[in-house]
Order: sequence, then C-alpha cells, then structure tokens
Amino acid sequence: MSQKESLFSAKNMKLLTGPLDRENPVTIQILGICSALAVTAQLKPALVMAISVTVVTAFSNLIISMMRNGIPNRIRIIVQLVVVAALVILVDQILRAYVYDVSKKLSVFVGLIITNCIIMGRLEAFALGNKPWPSFLDGLGNGMGYGLILVIIAFFREIFGSGTLLGMRIIPESLYISNGGFYANNGFMILPPAALIIVGCIIWFQKSRNKDLQEK
Amino acid sequence: MNKEKNSYIFTYSAVMVILVAIALTLANIFLTPAQQANILVEQQWQILKSVGKALDADEQPNKVNYIRGMYEKYIVESFAVNSEGQKLEGKDAIKIDLKAEQKKPLEQRELPVFVYKGDNGESKVIVPIRGNGLWGPVWGYVALEADYNTICGAVFDHEGETPGLGAEINTPEFQKRFVGKKIFEGETFTSVRLIKGGADPSNQHGVDAISGGTLTSNGLDAALSNSLSPYQAFFKSQMKK
Repeated sequence: MSQKESLFSAKNMKLLTGPLDRENPVTIQILGICSALAVTAQLKPALVMAISVTVVTAFSNLIISMMRNGIPNRIRIIVQLVVVAALVILVDQILRAYVYDVSKKLSVFVGLIITNCIIMGRLEAFALGNKPWPSFLDGLGNGMGYGLILVIIAFFREIFGSGTLLGMRIIPESLYISNGGFYANNGFMILPPAALIIVGCIIWFQKSRNKDLQEK
Repeated sequence: MNKEKNSYIFTYSAVMVILVAIALTLANIFLTPAQQANILVEQQWQILKSVGKALDADEQPNKVNYIRGMYEKYIVESFAVNSEGQKLEGKDAIKIDLKAEQKKPLEQRELPVFVYKGDNGESKVIVPIRGNGLWGPVWGYVALEADYNTICGAVFDHEGETPGLGAEINTPEFQKRFVGKKIFEGETFTSVRLIKGGADPSNQHGVDAISGGTLTSNGLDAALSNSLSPYQAFFKSQMKK
C-alpha cells in the first residue's frame, strides 16, 4: 500500500481505545494485577502509578518499535529489558525530584513497573512487529486501560476505606460514630484483598454488559 | 547484514548499553539537586515533628516553604559532637550521613545534635537514630527535654517494613508511647527498650513492642540503643551544667 495512512485513522484509534474496554489488560487479559492491588488504597498514588506505567509502556513500545529491524532475535528480551529498565529508572528519578511524597508511598512499586507483565507483553506482541506510531498508540492505550482500572479501584477503596478522595474529605466528619454519628470507615477497603473483589466486580459488570466477552 | 552473527550481537549490545548509561547519567546529574532538596526538607520536617511542630504541614498550600520557615524559627542551633561529648567545629549537622558514621570506630564518629527553642523559651535537644529493621533501614529522631534524660517526642520512619505490622512504627499511636520515658537510670545509660508482650506502665525505660512486628521492634530497639549510647558523654556533661 503506497497510500499513506492518516495518523488518526480508525484503525489507529482502535489501538488506543480498544484496551480501555474490550481488550483491557487488567480485566480481560488479567495482567498487572499485583500492582493493581498494591497501589490503590488511595487515589493519588494510583493516579501517579497509572501515569508512570502509561509513560513507560508508550515510550518503550515506541523505542522498541524504532529499533525492531536492528534487534538481534537471540537477545531481544534482554534489549527490551534494558529499554524498559532505563525508562523506569528515569520515571523513578523524576518522581523523586518533583513529587517526593508520592514517590515515598510508591517506593518499591515504581521499580516493579519493570516486571509489569503488560509492558513486556505489548513489546513482544505488538511493538516488535509494527511501525513506531501504531506501537506508541498501542502502548498509550494499554497504559490507559491499566490506569483506568487502577483509578476505579482506588476511587472505591479511598471513599469507603478513608472517606476521602485525593485526600479531601467527602463523607462529613459529623457522620462518624466518634463524633456522635452512625458511620464508620470500612477497614477492609484499606487492605489489598479489597482490590481483588473490586476487580472481580468490574469484570462481572463488563462481561454482563458485553456478551461477546463471555466465555462459552 | 546478518543480525544473528556473534560480532553483531556483541557490538549491538555494547553500543546500546553505553547509550543508555549516558542517558541515565545525564538524568541523574540534572535531577540530583532537586532530589537532595526534597530529602533535606523531609529531614527538617521529621526533626520538627519529633518536638510536635509542623504536624499540619500536609494541609499547607506551600509545604516546602512552611517546613523551611518553621525549621528556621524553632531549630536555633545544630552542631556535631564526638563520643567524648566535645563539640566539633565547622560541621553541618543535617548533612551528616548517619549510615556512614555508624561504620566508623566510635571515637571518630560525628554525632549530630539539633537544639529546639519553643515559643515560651523552653529548649529541647533532638538527636537522630538509625538502624536496620526487618526488610531495610529504619531511622528517626528522638527529642529530649532539657534534662537530657526524658524523651518528649520521637518520630520513626522506615523504607519497607511489613504494612500493618512493622510499618506501624511510623504512626503517631506508636510514637506516643515514647513520651515521658527516660534513657538514664541515675548515671547509667539504659536506652529505651521495646518490650515484647507489653511494658509495665511503671517501667520508665520500656515501651510496648509491636505485636506481630517483633523483628522490626528488635531492630528499632537496637537502633535506639546503638544510636543514643555514643551521646552518653555529651548528655552527662550537659546535665551537670
């Protein structure tokens, strides 16, 4: 095909939006669950993690795709790891320099972005065989798909577990038992297993809405 | 070109690694000043928290300036002493790397001391502690009353202790337990022990350890006694004044 494809053609946009729903890395491909449990007790770390993972998947996809014709097949996994690790270190350094509080909360999890299955999965499955621009969109889409789930989980966990959102109080203090009200935070929401249950509910909701996704 | 030849693979990986190394080094050079500034503010905040100041810094619109201002206002003096209690000249107490100091022989160590002066003129002295928890370092600051014996506040933090168990050392509920405890019995240094199964309320030198966090508690116990004992001479010389 000699005709140049437009940058935002329907096919390319599908790469971007597909992972938000039908091809979601967390709920459909069941990748990246561990970090989804770890960083979602509050909304702010979840947002930062979502942005960090999106940046890393997008740019590692882009870089690997640009290098794809030169990468020797025998060491391709090592090459991918070097690129991903370098990007993660960069993200970590930037967080430490500009959002220190959050970087303290995320601490080890930023380093663990390297092991996030979504990234290596997209590199192997997509970036090695596609041009840079579609690869970049694919990485962006998958990162956002992951981030979307993280934010949904964190939203429910923070509001029911702490009564706040992004640190701002949503459920008024006066309703709490300690202040003479009737309400108490659900301590279970603070614990990682709560995230699993919410992920389960999201999958349930998604599959009941979209019959194609149901396994026969 | 044959991409599977050994010579190609070696050249390819060598060039790639060097390029990545250069990129990361550059990033490090440009970001280090901002990172160190953050660490410094964090230290200043911990020092203030150990005397119960700046606890509301998270709610301030400009947290960094707020902490810096409070530190300037309340921490009137900071210096270093040696294990014989003599002041060392020309040392910047907050820049002393405790991890490196603890590896030195006792007589060569530089021990940081921070002096707080409150609104009513009361003065307190704050010293840092550091040691190893279960998974990584634990550290903090202990504030003493003007008698150089009674603890009036403590803050601790950790790198990666178990959430819900050892990680509880950085909660105010745990840190409150130290208030009013004493580190000397007469002339003898006793430190403050973390006691498994709970400390007797009449015990002036013991606090409740964390249930389920025994190894972190042991680490913090050792960090307290190892970090405070080099100050003995300094504290005793000050008590007599």
